[in-house]
Amino acid sequence: MTEIAEHSYRPGTEKPTSFLDVRDLRVHFPTDDGLVKSVDGLTFRVDRGKTLGIVGESGSGKSVTSLSVMGLHHGGSAKITGEIFLDGEELVGASPEGVRLLRGQKMAMIFQDPLSSMHPYYTIGYQIVEAYRIHNDVSKKAAYQHAIEMLDRVGIPQPDKRVHDYPHQFSGGMRQRAMIAMALSCDPELLIADEPTTALDVTVQAQILDLIRDLQKEFNSAVIIITHDLGVVAELADDILVMYAGRCAEYGSADDIFREPQHPYTWGLLGSMPRIDRERSERLLPIKGTPPSLINVPSGCAFNPRCTYCDLTGGRSTSERPELIDVGHGHRVACHLTRDQRDQIWRDDIQPKL
Amino acid sequence: MTTADTTPTAAPQPLGEVLLSVQGLVKHFPIRRGVLQRKVGAVQAVDGLTFDVRQGETLSLVGESGCGKSTTGRLLTRLLEPTGGSVTFDGHDISHISNGKMRPLRRDVQMIFQDPYSSLNPRHTVGRIVGAPFKLQKVETEAGTKKTVQDLLELVGLNPEHYNRYPHEFSGGQRQRIGIARTLALRPKLIVADEPVSALDVSIQAQVVNLLEDLQDELGLTYVMIAHDLSVVRHVSDRVAVMYLGKIVELADRHNLYETPMHPYTVALMSAVPIPDTKRRTERERIRLQGDVPSPINPPPACRFHTRCWKAQEICKTTEPPLVDLAPRHQVACHFPENQDAVVGSRG
Amino acid sequence: MITYIIRRLFAAVVLLFVVSVITFSIFYLVPRLIGGSAESLATRYVGRAATAETVKVTTERLGFNDPIYVQYANWAKGVAIGTEYDYGAGVEQCPAPCLGYSFITRQPVWPDLLDRIPVTLSLAAGAALIWVTFGVSVGVLSALRRGSVFDRAAMSVSLAGVSLPIFFTGLVCLSFFSYKLGWTAPGGQFVPVSENPAKWAYAMVLPWITLAFLFSAQYARLTRAGMLETMNEDYVRTARAKGLPEKTVVVRHGLRGALTPILTIFGLDLGLLLGGAVLTEKTFSLNGLGKYAVDGIIANDLPKIMGVTLTAAFFIVMASLVVDLLYAVVDPRVRK
Repeated sequence: MTEIAEHSYRPGTEKPTSFLDVRDLRVHFPTDDGLVKSVDGLTFRVDRGKTLGIVGESGSGKSVTSLSVMGLHHGGSAKITGEIFLDGEELVGASPEGVRLLRGQKMAMIFQDPLSSMHPYYTIGYQIVEAYRIHNDVSKKAAYQHAIEMLDRVGIPQPDKRVHDYPHQFSGGMRQRAMIAMALSCDPELLIADEPTTALDVTVQAQILDLIRDLQKEFNSAVIIITHDLGVVAELADDILVMYAGRCAEYGSADDIFREPQHPYTWGLLGSMPRIDRERSERLLPIKGTPPSLINVPSGCAFNPRCTYCDLTGGRSTSERPELIDVGHGHRVACHLTRDQRDQIWRDDIQPKL
Repeated sequence: MTTADTTPTAAPQPLGEVLLSVQGLVKHFPIRRGVLQRKVGAVQAVDGLTFDVRQGETLSLVGESGCGKSTTGRLLTRLLEPTGGSVTFDGHDISHISNGKMRPLRRDVQMIFQDPYSSLNPRHTVGRIVGAPFKLQKVETEAGTKKTVQDLLELVGLNPEHYNRYPHEFSGGQRQRIGIARTLALRPKLIVADEPVSALDVSIQAQVVNLLEDLQDELGLTYVMIAHDLSVVRHVSDRVAVMYLGKIVELADRHNLYETPMHPYTVALMSAVPIPDTKRRTERERIRLQGDVPSPINPPPACRFHTRCWKAQEICKTTEPPLVDLAPRHQVACHFPENQDAVVGSRG
Repeated sequence: MITYIIRRLFAAVVLLFVVSVITFSIFYLVPRLIGGSAESLATRYVGRAATAETVKVTTERLGFNDPIYVQYANWAKGVAIGTEYDYGAGVEQCPAPCLGYSFITRQPVWPDLLDRIPVTLSLAAGAALIWVTFGVSVGVLSALRRGSVFDRAAMSVSLAGVSLPIFFTGLVCLSFFSYKLGWTAPGGQFVPVSENPAKWAYAMVLPWITLAFLFSAQYARLTRAGMLETMNEDYVRTARAKGLPEKTVVVRHGLRGALTPILTIFGLDLGLLLGGAVLTEKTFSLNGLGKYAVDGIIANDLPKIMGVTLTAAFFIVMASLVVDLLYAVVDPRVRK
């Protein structure tokens, strides 16, 4: 089971218990306009064989989180604090060179747009071989053989021929498969997929999601899937982390999040989506306003200006930041509404309209 | 062709006048190769579409990339000239008319684009962007351009005081509202919206969808929506045309299409839509299409879907199924349609 | 790929033809259009002192009374397969490529050009090597350390490099390094590389540096801009995510992407320089094509100017042909 750690831990005192154990991660970018708090105190865990879905809108900090885990913010202007344990090894304080050797080997990543994410001037095979040979001391020939095997594994027909093709000669779906082949070439134990299907057609998206699911079983890796689409996480994730303005708004098992969501923001996301599996509603229930600027996050609960139920908290939501509180078997919510209020609103107001 | 139905299964709606009529629309883009740049083939982007759009309704064109839906949008607004067939708007055949003659009609046909940023000139203020149509069409406004533009901004839910701001000062959703305001400036009859919400965040998508619906009610607009998201399409449309490789494979009222999809491709598309509910993970029966959409340069013969269809038989490779009414207000182009017993209707 | 090459070659040939027509028109047609007579053209060949009779005979002999397309055909024939000239002092063979005779020296232009091409070639090739190595390296380092002291210093110096004219930097260098310190050769001492490479380099090093300074500055700015763009590309992020060492990421993924536009400019710059680096040659008294053209202009010696023009055009067309072909090697998307 992946579960969220107690938020009130003292750094360096607890041993990591999960394969990936992220504690109080903060990623801040100083800019001319002020400090951008992209991620501001995020704690989560993922075990091998499990999938965590991180859901949020643009600017919620979900991609920044994954890049920090990969150590891809090193050397930039980002100020990173907190702890990231991968298989017991702490990454935030580790040397950039040490983290680089883990990248691609122990943890790998696939990105949203497979066309721009592959170098247009090198063949697919070359790019896979490059990834493989960094971490494995093998001959070029053996590496190409491995690349062909990987392409075959992700379902690319005629892999021995397609290995010499360039990315632009592949279709969108095939490119994403090749990208997955590249990420998995060193048999990583953690796979991070950042919006892996957003750029793809719906029938191809279904194929890719199936592929990720099958490969995870085969490789028994820990998977983090980052998306704005609640439908995609519902297909794959064991646990879901809903992010808003760089913080965790709600966290729980996928069943809990979809059956008894507790946070008004999660309700808003569910209400915003037209659903093909339900009776057609006359009107969608959007969240009012727009996501906040990360330089100027609203005080108290960051969601308060857009929250319909803000007034029910007696002013606490504008003055006091809600802590993440366990509401039962690992389901956590950062909201000032009382448990009864939330249950009642969900039962009476939200659920019937979805 | 849409025929007037006699036994409507869904809630009968009063049918408006036909505003836009498309007959056998074809668009091929030539491919030139070799030293002499001879024409060696064509991208058959749109290959024989026939449908009507009635006053006040929303017709959606859905399909995956390469199905020709965006090309169709550009043909309807005459941003492209068709290779064959005709587009009749409000009684005028606009398929081959000159830009000069099209100009007065442009007031009535407007387009909304997907990317709300690249379709707005970053160096112009919002007031100038939204007011541009008046200038271009030399339209005098009753209360003066500025006042009219501010009214428009208010209509789409923007602050009229932001008249002098630039596009980069707005969020994605607000930029799309600016685009919509510009579209509405000349009170068009028909709006062709190409993926109007797909670049927006989920919570903002819902805002814009609601806005489009409100505007339709308020101003009596007619929409042709081009989209790939079947859930959004279901929400906004009265009728839906499912396209595959330049052809319409199914055209039906929203209710009929989503309750009893008949073309295997439509069925597969719907079953591929991810649903925000874990219960469905186990319950849903999935149809997984293999491979990608074939290239429109060399589409499969006869029924273009036969290479990926699990029901395909010999006839599908040799004879093209015509688009015919298999049920009231429900046209399908398939030899072996699904859900046939579920609807009352007969072949033909 | 083969059709691509054939098409590019074909385009180059067409381009050369067009250039020849334009050059011919400028030198033969335009003077007529602005009121010159056939005789006035001939006067240039025989000098102002000639009698009217001589002028008339020469006009006829050189074919200035023929229709313009016949004149072009004769001229083009001369360039392509050689021709015979007769100024009245007997028939002279002018083998291909016949670019005519100098009015002043009565010598054929082409052998003159042949003498000068090695000078210009030495100058351009040497300078190009320096500026590409130096400019690209500085550009890459600047981009990687954007905003650092190095970046700001490099960009200020390069701004100076772009703005300062050759005859200024050249003269300053000459007076300092040659006359004051005596490290390098003063101008005008060209020795062919085949004769003595050391002396060749000794004579050329200052012109190279001066010319390269100007271009390095341009290339550093260009490379910097390109690198800033490609280092933000998704594929560079992917390369990092694979765990590649930063050096590999920068060179193989970042720089490779940024080089394409630089390649284009480089081809054109080199082609342009091969047609004569006028200012540099003049400043360092090098007898290259540029100086030859300037001398021709001053003396109103049309065949010289025309010869250099055609040669320069030829080099530019060839350079852009090479660039096009290299493009296909660099960017697989171009091959079709």
